[in-house]
Amino acid sequence: MTEYDANDVAQPETPEPPVASGAAQVTPADAADAARLIAFGLQPKLQPARDAEYADLLRRHRDDPAFARLADAVAAGLGLVVLEVSTRAGMAVTAAEDSVFAVRMGDYARRATVDSGDRFLHGLAHLAVAAMAFPRPEDLADDGYIGRVTVNGIDAFVRQACRRLEERAAEQGENTDPTSDAPGLEAAWRVYARRSATGATKDARRLAGSTTGIIAKAVAFLVDSGFLQRTGDDAGGAFRTTARYQLQVRDMAGTAAMAELLELGVVPVGDGTPTLLPPDDTDDLELVADAGLPFHA
Amino acid sequence: MTSAAPAAVPPQLNGPSRPAPGPAADEGLARRLRALACTAPLHDLDVRKANLAGEFGVYAMAEVALAAIDLVTLNMDFDTGADHEQIVARLQPRVAAQAPERPAAEHERVARWVLENLINVGSVDRGFRAVYGTFGADGAYVRRDYDFKLIEEVPGPGGTVFLRTTDEAVNVLVGALDTDVTSAQIAAEVKLEVLISRGRLADAQLAAEQARYRTVQYAETLRKTLDATRRNVRAVDWLQAVPDMIAEALDHVADRYRHENAILTNIRKARDEAEAAVDPKTAEHKRRAAELVDIVKDCIRRHTQLQSRLLEAGPLFRAEQDRQAFATPAAHAGLDLYGQLLAPVLPLPLERAGRVTDAFFARGTGLRVPASVRVGDLVEMLLTPPVEREHLGAEMPEPDLVETPDDSRFSEEQLASALELLDLPADAPRRLSGLLAEARRRDPELPYLVALLAVHAASPSVGTAYRQGEQSLLFAVDDGTPLDDPEFGGADLIVGKALLDAAGMAADRAEAS
Repeated sequence: MTEYDANDVAQPETPEPPVASGAAQVTPADAADAARLIAFGLQPKLQPARDAEYADLLRRHRDDPAFARLADAVAAGLGLVVLEVSTRAGMAVTAAEDSVFAVRMGDYARRATVDSGDRFLHGLAHLAVAAMAFPRPEDLADDGYIGRVTVNGIDAFVRQACRRLEERAAEQGENTDPTSDAPGLEAAWRVYARRSATGATKDARRLAGSTTGIIAKAVAFLVDSGFLQRTGDDAGGAFRTTARYQLQVRDMAGTAAMAELLELGVVPVGDGTPTLLPPDDTDDLELVADAGLPFHA
Repeated sequence: MTSAAPAAVPPQLNGPSRPAPGPAADEGLARRLRALACTAPLHDLDVRKANLAGEFGVYAMAEVALAAIDLVTLNMDFDTGADHEQIVARLQPRVAAQAPERPAAEHERVARWVLENLINVGSVDRGFRAVYGTFGADGAYVRRDYDFKLIEEVPGPGGTVFLRTTDEAVNVLVGALDTDVTSAQIAAEVKLEVLISRGRLADAQLAAEQARYRTVQYAETLRKTLDATRRNVRAVDWLQAVPDMIAEALDHVADRYRHENAILTNIRKARDEAEAAVDPKTAEHKRRAAELVDIVKDCIRRHTQLQSRLLEAGPLFRAEQDRQAFATPAAHAGLDLYGQLLAPVLPLPLERAGRVTDAFFARGTGLRVPASVRVGDLVEMLLTPPVEREHLGAEMPEPDLVETPDDSRFSEEQLASALELLDLPADAPRRLSGLLAEARRRDPELPYLVALLAVHAASPSVGTAYRQGEQSLLFAVDDGTPLDDPEFGGADLIVGKALLDAAGMAADRAEAS
């Protein structure tokens, strides 16, 4: 019943259901509606449940294949990729590569263009937010999962990972101090480990160059992208994930980064075993697989 | 960067696990060069003080810096670090002593300058870097960067920033570079006992302070491991390493606790013996012994804190295990962001790792609608004067206060009257019946209050009176006589006042604390 209502509003002249219309004629009004739906999708913080017109257009996209194709074509023409169209995520679109809507690192952080260390840290912050928001593969796959992260928690987590690498290097008697004239060869974890976690500033704001400052910038940006919602101020700021963020990480960012990593010749464990351990730590992997309760009473 | 502890094992002990055949002497040299580098920022302070605007030659900056590291180390606790302002305030007496004729503002400036330079506020990493050279396995000479921090800033509760000394700083300070935490502590305590038995208290204090630094350092190592458990059960080896470490640490705490209590008893004896004598040399001994008591007490306090953390570790693990491991697995698995992306990226060289994080950033940040500006709007925006911000913020609305009705059963005057009635001489207790009758003559309501106070006195709060050092205490005793009163029934209590030995109690309290 509702779908006819939606059609009637949009197409008063053509009341017949356009179900079988492979070559149904497209009116300017249809194009306007499709563009309007994309416009809603470009406001990522807008909730479909809060806007009746948005919800109507989403329903029409679901029920009217011709309209759906039209909307998808408009998105593609604008340089957008449609991730999902549903009432929970809304018109989830994201920028294709080289689209005008794409976020450039240079616009994101000025220093990142001149300093490869800063550029890496900003990128790593985004990766770490995602890894903490979806700590296990199941969490990323489960549509109903809502991740919760805090700024200080993310920093502590990455720092711990860096510390483990440092300890392992020390165990193997490796000298990890980088060669002076080749900063690009320094191990990535060292760049993070030697950056201070926080720092006092004159105006009591967070030190922008510290790791918590960089992570705070990342989460604030993700809030603006409609990917996170702020839930509190404890531990440097607490946040929960949205359906859009899960889609973005699962379908776009995760696969893109994975492809890049494979291109570098690094092949991470691909058996899907749920593990939060670095893949090269084989002893611990076995422990996780066999031991239901790895704790002898 | 902060956990130099694993590298601090002497090389001959882990010889078999070292695969590289590189020159062993060079390894030791590199370690000593790094240790030497840690002292450089302190020397640097005295060199650079000439560049400060003003005449700062009189101040011994390295001395102030070492004192600052001392203060931060001693004020570090399990959960927080030391407060920046507090450290500046505590540094000032020493700075002032170096140049008493200078103004206090200058002393504060010097203290602040030293502390900020130890943090190295000017650099983006807030740390130091030293360059040193080593011969690689192939015999080629390579220059390497050694990055380290002396005092680091850590996030505290509520967005505050605290200071912590790093392992490097503690090692520089204690002067025992490249040693094992546990053995150094045992050595320091044995030394302390020997010193005390020979009556050499000045050295004993030095050893006691060293023992305390070691205690703090040991606690810090444990805190890091427990933190990791809370974040991720599987990141920590709970089958072997952690239970072993906890058992070891509990043994250690028990051992140290016994040890330090023995020391405490010994020094107390030394202090009390010194108390009897009056010549200035013995008075100095007494003062040092008293200081020593404080230090050892602090050590015991820190051990107790460590122990309670250790006992929490088991339940914490089981709770996290329940939460993380026993949920029903999903039908299909997705991408493991940590295991398959983050963890493999971290060990890569910066150049290559950056390509992966760039790819994640490009696809993971979503979209931004580019803003387009009309020139007309821009001109108007630029010409609009900035909005004056109220310095004091918005005006607070006058609160609308409502008088709460006074619903107390008895008035202040009645209470005063009843207390006056119960203010009995210590040697003359009275029957409750007599008190009630007298109260009834003053005010018909008063007997209720007197009866209430008397019943309370039947179970007097002796502990509170003891702690607060009260002079006397009201008590009531039932000797079996029934109460004969028109309004009340029960026992005719004997109400009296007991005098307490306030001076004796104060002495006891001082001894117990």
